[in-house]
Amino acid sequence: MLSSLIIVFREVLEAALIIGIVCAATRGMDKRFSMVAIGIILGALGAVIVALFADVVADFAEGMGQELFNASVLLTVVVMLAWHLIWMAQHGAELASRANKTGSSVREGSEPLTVLILLVGLAVLREGAEVVLFLYGIAAGGSSASMMIMGSLLGLVLGVLVGFALYGGLIRIPTKSLFTVSSALLVVLAAGMAGKAAKYLIQGDFVPALGYDLWDTSALISNNSIAGEVFGTLIGYDAKPAGMQVVFYVVALLLILAGMWWAKQKHPVVSLTKDSQAAAQ
Amino acid sequence: MRVILGLMFAVLALSAQAEVPEFQVVIKDHHFVPAEIRVPAGTKVKLVIENQDPTPEEFESDALHREKIIAGNKTAKVMIGPLKPGSYPFFGEFNEDTAQGVVIAE
Repeated sequence: MLSSLIIVFREVLEAALIIGIVCAATRGMDKRFSMVAIGIILGALGAVIVALFADVVADFAEGMGQELFNASVLLTVVVMLAWHLIWMAQHGAELASRANKTGSSVREGSEPLTVLILLVGLAVLREGAEVVLFLYGIAAGGSSASMMIMGSLLGLVLGVLVGFALYGGLIRIPTKSLFTVSSALLVVLAAGMAGKAAKYLIQGDFVPALGYDLWDTSALISNNSIAGEVFGTLIGYDAKPAGMQVVFYVVALLLILAGMWWAKQKHPVVSLTKDSQAAAQ
Repeated sequence: MRVILGLMFAVLALSAQAEVPEFQVVIKDHHFVPAEIRVPAGTKVKLVIENQDPTPEEFESDALHREKIIAGNKTAKVMIGPLKPGSYPFFGEFNEDTAQGVVIAE
């Protein structure tokens, strides 16, 4: 029971942490909870479908389909996060001032909320597919199935609770700094996912490793520990990364930061300009 | 010239492909057989893992930097290395109690 609890908890944890941060980061936006809920449902459905066709996926790209699939999902999430962050850099101040006034939220048409759905959906999909496969294995296994299912359910609940706890902690931060904090969290989260994508691409032999074990901090926090898992998701921690992982991490980090900086420079107060034009007419 | 170059690349690609030695591993009753795989150090090798169980398994190894799901009754290839001489433990994440193994590079 404990083993199934831990396996499911680990898989759920990553998606839960991402969703927790995204929910906090979009505070003040219309319909964000329904968008996130739709994303979770679509992601869960997608996970079942991916699990059903796992062997078909695996046979792609000369047996390296699984690696390619994981890397593609991760990199798509990175792009979605980058989009969201750049949008926030542009509109964050406006959002914060509106979120401060009770009851007022940003008008529709602000951020394409489909980005949110896709982001959450893909995060659930990738981790969920593995849970579905694992549960299928248990169900087919026989005798101790009910205990294992209990463990899995507990793992799921615990994972979701951690997501809620993170969200609960984040929204306590005053709105103005919340956007800075959540943006910073999302930037490193995205960079970490880019690094993880590189790991799959190395495994599939699509890119060179550029040297394994660039450093080794396993003695401090090992990859297999829960702390390693949490930091692995939140900041892309890897106890002994390959060179290409670090390259992906740094490039993603710099590109997103540059994009956010550019957005801030280029359109400091887009909506204000629109408002004043409307007022002038 | 172009044709010759193309042929050279094709031959190189083929020989590179052929040079990667393959090692067969079977998953049966949630055990890896053999549980100890001896491979040459300093070169890429390919593990061909055949899952004879009806249930999926995840081949995972922190030491080898690999994690790959193998569906029930399916075979998957995992490229590893080049490895320094030493032993590299791996396990099946879905049945960690029994599915344990080690790659020994020498």
